[in-house]
Amino acid sequence: MSAFLELDHVTKTFGGGGLFGGGSVTVAVDDVSLTIDESEPSITTVAGESGSGKTTLARLLLGSTVPSGGRMLYRGKDFTRLTRRERRTFRREVQPIFQDPFESYNPFYKVDHVLDAPIKNFKLASSSAEKARMIEDALEMVGLVPEETLGRFPHQLSGGQRQRVMVARALLLKPRVILADEPVSMVDASLRATILDSIRRLNRELGISVVYITHDLTTAYQISDNIMVMYRGTVVEAGTVDAVIPSPQHPYTQLLIESIPQPDPKNRWGSEPPQQNWEITDIKITGCKFADRCPAVMDRCHTVRPSQYLIGKQQLATCLLHEDKGVADPDVTRTFQTEQQAIAAAAANFAASNV
Amino acid sequence: MVESTIEETRLSTEQAIRTYRTGARITDVDALVVDGLSVYYETESGTVKACDDVSFTLKQGERFALVGESGSGKTTLAMALMRLTRPPGHIARGSVILNNRDLVKLTDDEMRRTRLSELALVPQGAMNSLNPVMRIENQIIDGILDHLPDGEDAPTKDQLDRTIRDLLNRVGLRPEVARMFPHELSGGMKQRVAMAIGISLRPSLIIADEPTSALDVVVQRQIMQTLGRLQEGLDASIMLVGHDMGLVAQFADTIGVMYAGKLVEVGPVEEVFSDPKHPYTKLLIQSLPSLREKKEFVGIPGLPPQLIHLPVGCSFEERCPSRFDRCPVTIPEKIELGGRRSVACHLYEGETVS
Repeated sequence: MSAFLELDHVTKTFGGGGLFGGGSVTVAVDDVSLTIDESEPSITTVAGESGSGKTTLARLLLGSTVPSGGRMLYRGKDFTRLTRRERRTFRREVQPIFQDPFESYNPFYKVDHVLDAPIKNFKLASSSAEKARMIEDALEMVGLVPEETLGRFPHQLSGGQRQRVMVARALLLKPRVILADEPVSMVDASLRATILDSIRRLNRELGISVVYITHDLTTAYQISDNIMVMYRGTVVEAGTVDAVIPSPQHPYTQLLIESIPQPDPKNRWGSEPPQQNWEITDIKITGCKFADRCPAVMDRCHTVRPSQYLIGKQQLATCLLHEDKGVADPDVTRTFQTEQQAIAAAAANFAASNV
Repeated sequence: MVESTIEETRLSTEQAIRTYRTGARITDVDALVVDGLSVYYETESGTVKACDDVSFTLKQGERFALVGESGSGKTTLAMALMRLTRPPGHIARGSVILNNRDLVKLTDDEMRRTRLSELALVPQGAMNSLNPVMRIENQIIDGILDHLPDGEDAPTKDQLDRTIRDLLNRVGLRPEVARMFPHELSGGMKQRVAMAIGISLRPSLIIADEPTSALDVVVQRQIMQTLGRLQEGLDASIMLVGHDMGLVAQFADTIGVMYAGKLVEVGPVEEVFSDPKHPYTKLLIQSLPSLREKKEFVGIPGLPPQLIHLPVGCSFEERCPSRFDRCPVTIPEKIELGGRRSVACHLYEGETVS
């Protein structure tokens, strides 16, 4: 069985060429392999700071940018070789949800417009009654009351409502994968819960795989099954959230988790961590990219590029500290497998109990 | 003035008050007393009470965090303290006493000299507050020369150079940054420059409005810790404005919770987090996701009221799980609970401690 979406040793670089040549090269995504399976829908978090390449990874998965190296496969076929028809299906099956619920709307149109347009574009409804029913179902799925939402202008809705309308829009297209790029970072804390909850329901109840891109490990821990942590384009740690969050193995993940401001005044931050040195361009780094900031740095870290080492069954870390352990499969999602099977079994149970 | 190093300032009154932060030096001296401050916006459809009858006191050396959802009036309040409220907004009532002077009554020129030398603002999204076509050093000099207190001579070029190097060093930037333009710096570095400008005249109060809202967690932590270090060196007080309860728990000594333009609860951070009094604070703290245990998401049902059509009684009444017959009828008054805690909620009437 071929996977739904597959990244096979994908690299994406920016810069370098140009009129004057020799510009500095930024490696936004560095040799990343992963698979998104349709049969085992899960929520996977891609976490990292700005500049870690997480948004570039999302753009690759959306097909809005092409890899500089490696291949992206959609249902087993190279993405660059898709026919128009296949590409159109891809556009329906993979849906984005963006960060800013203010900029995704045209302020001159009522919110109905963002829901009408995809139905029209993909000819999903045969009558206007069917269209109305589809829209109402989608809104109810994300916890909105259709009568209170439809017919309004974007500015009449709160940020949380607007973002949920966006989730409903994605839902209308019956996608297989939803890519949510920081969907709650611009929404008030008290409203985040409802949005994340509606995203989780899409996964659990409709079997849609979700790639949740965020810098917020707390919400990642709450909603996702798996996590991959990126640093300067490299996946430095991956695994199930239950393995990674309580016991991070890469020094960067450790720093990241330690730095999260915990809502607990009894448990305050330790000393100030060192600043990142952005002046070294990626190309010049021969060893580990985190070496200059790493508290556990060894001499070899500056010269040897670490591989992905397997820790336990459901966790890998790209760090020489774990060199004694086995080398993991380059496809980081293989680490999640066991968890995925558990979910598939749970989903089958759920389906059986509902018959 | 500019030359003396920041660490030279030491508290004169060692009358420290109880605090939970190790190394904190909070004295019983009132640095800022806000009393009954109201900021209204007059619009065609009525008066918007963005900030209504807010009173609180900040001690010297204290870190006070003002939290609330967007639209709760926290930024309005911060701007009013700086006297930067723009029309149609205006300060309708109240006083802001800083260093024994009422800022509300100062002339515009007096206020300009007070800014930066007595109270400084580290703005929200400081990365956008720098002038893109000016070198960093010139932006720092600009601030110093423009806000120099009365009766002080303008510093010489040498003094300024030394001051700039000193300031950049304090905020953790290399001296070369002085000759750079904002686009050459990362977001975190720009935020550090904004802090350097903020402390350049050694203010006694720093107002930081969501200083790290667009930054990554690690950078956020670095910036907040730098800000804390600067504040301690200056013996200044800080008012942190934001909605990130995690950040508040990590940074502040005291928390003030705003809802629909009113300050509904004030108290020491540890006590408010472990034993919140106001039903809104309770729900807010419950809704925080945790890294330790997986639990169901609990949001706060409903939406805050529109500030232009505030209810007759308590503004939180519609969403409140503990409401009773008095709530829709009368606006709850602030009730002192003792131990620097206060709450504005009918549930606590009769518990007043003077």
